[in-house]
Amino acid sequence: MVVVLVEQSGGAPTDPSLQALTLARSLGEPVHALLIKSPVDLSGNGVEVAHVAEHEVLETYAPEAWAAILGQLADRLQATAVFAPGTERGNEVMARVAARMALPMAANCTRITPGSPMTLTRQRWGGSLLEEAALRSSRPLITVAPHTVPIEPAPAETRIEKFTPQLKEHELAVRVLEHVAAPGGGVSLAEAKVIVSGGRGVGSKEGFAIIEELAGLLGAAVGCSRAVTSAGWRPHTDQVGQTGTKVAPEVYIACGISGATQHMAGLKGAKRILAINSDPQAPLMLNADFTVVGDLKEIVPAISAEIRKLR
Amino acid sequence: MRVAVCVKRVPITGGRILLTDDAHAINTQHLGFTISPHEECGVEEAVRLIEANKGESVALTLGPAEAVEQLRDAMALGIDRAIHLQTDGQEWDGEATAAALLEAIRADEAAGGPFDLIFFGNESADSGGFQVAARVARALGRPFVTGLKRVTVEGASVRCEQEVEGGRDVYAVPLPAVLSVKEGLNLPRYPSVPGRMRAGRKPVAVTTPARPEPRLELVRLVVPEGQGRRAESLGSGPAAAPAVVDVLRKAGVL
Repeated sequence: MVVVLVEQSGGAPTDPSLQALTLARSLGEPVHALLIKSPVDLSGNGVEVAHVAEHEVLETYAPEAWAAILGQLADRLQATAVFAPGTERGNEVMARVAARMALPMAANCTRITPGSPMTLTRQRWGGSLLEEAALRSSRPLITVAPHTVPIEPAPAETRIEKFTPQLKEHELAVRVLEHVAAPGGGVSLAEAKVIVSGGRGVGSKEGFAIIEELAGLLGAAVGCSRAVTSAGWRPHTDQVGQTGTKVAPEVYIACGISGATQHMAGLKGAKRILAINSDPQAPLMLNADFTVVGDLKEIVPAISAEIRKLR
Repeated sequence: MRVAVCVKRVPITGGRILLTDDAHAINTQHLGFTISPHEECGVEEAVRLIEANKGESVALTLGPAEAVEQLRDAMALGIDRAIHLQTDGQEWDGEATAAALLEAIRADEAAGGPFDLIFFGNESADSGGFQVAARVARALGRPFVTGLKRVTVEGASVRCEQEVEGGRDVYAVPLPAVLSVKEGLNLPRYPSVPGRMRAGRKPVAVTTPARPEPRLELVRLVVPEGQGRRAESLGSGPAAAPAVVDVLRKAGVL
């Protein structure tokens, strides 16, 4: 039997959690889920038992406590493998489980094949490269790379079992004490429908005026590449890429961005990419849906002017 | 105050990743190298803490002989000295990396006292294992907070801010602690010329730990297929603007 940590949002399991359940089922063993604090509906996801951990201290996120609970449950059920979604929290909790159990862990897997050793494919470089690996472990600890495994429904009636975990004081020492809401205003990069993004080709901090103008006309968010934040032209909150924000807009307009793998790792969710660059051979120009060759300092204002004509 | 920061040497990949013939590594023949981005911010934070509180900062890395370049880079930014766990260039998994770093940290603490803070990157840019810091923290029995975008030492504790959907989650843990940080924590400074020169004279202690058999073993690397985007040219220069607007309209965003 395998155990899967299921994260929830708004009373429903998150998509990365359902993806983790799908990959976990590929081992062909009964699947049990761990839910922290409150039950959610997991019917149709092939889960035999949903274990709900109840404890007064679980009101806010406490990663070491979550790891203790997941570890305790895996021990009690004698789980042959443990899964979690490859989200920030999923990876964090699994790393703590791995440290507690002194077992190897494979983060952000996209495929697994049972066996001894288990063979698997996992993401490197934010998904720009894949690694095929052998995992030698009595109990594989696996996180599943979000949005790489299509969710497959599986009929099963899910039984709910509540339990109260035993938690030690030091396991509660690391917990969220306060949530500070992000300042309002502007369009959030992660959720923007349209993003106008600038790279080194924009040339300067001031050069972003034309990017902001076009973004304003489109109701778009402003993005940028890592070169731009490193130069101090834009704040890191605007950075799109492996170490910035991963985006999923309808249209991504890339202005003067070469398209290093660091940047492309953030663009996998973009529906359409429109690239503007003076170099037609720039990687982003070769990986775009639409391209315009030339000087962005002329092209971007021309697009803004064209949009104004429509109003 | 004593602060340590663990860094990893990674290649600066360009637009396309090329592999070696045996597909065990990235072909780095024409590539430069850097400190993995999250860890660069860890270095900057360590330097700022020691500038503000006095004491000593130490950078550690596990990597090939050439990784001394990244230790020199860290020292050029202001790190006081470095510990190099030298490998023959083979891949080390997260478990083995953590064990070697732990041993080096313990040895250094035995001589110089505990580090108030040990910084790691949230995950390395290349292998992205997400686990080295957690293993070291657990073995040291210290509180561990991940993915931080702001770190403020307040007396005997440290306030930690983590970016989450809709804002920031705040933690506070007592020192000594282990923290993993993310790019955006700060804007790392550029090394000055005197900084570079001083770095050349700062001490680097070298040890050569034995590599255990990996339990997560790399078999081969595969470059994933592209997303199959086929670039359609909309023309060149400002004359392409109407075609761009047409694309935006068809996409339903205008």
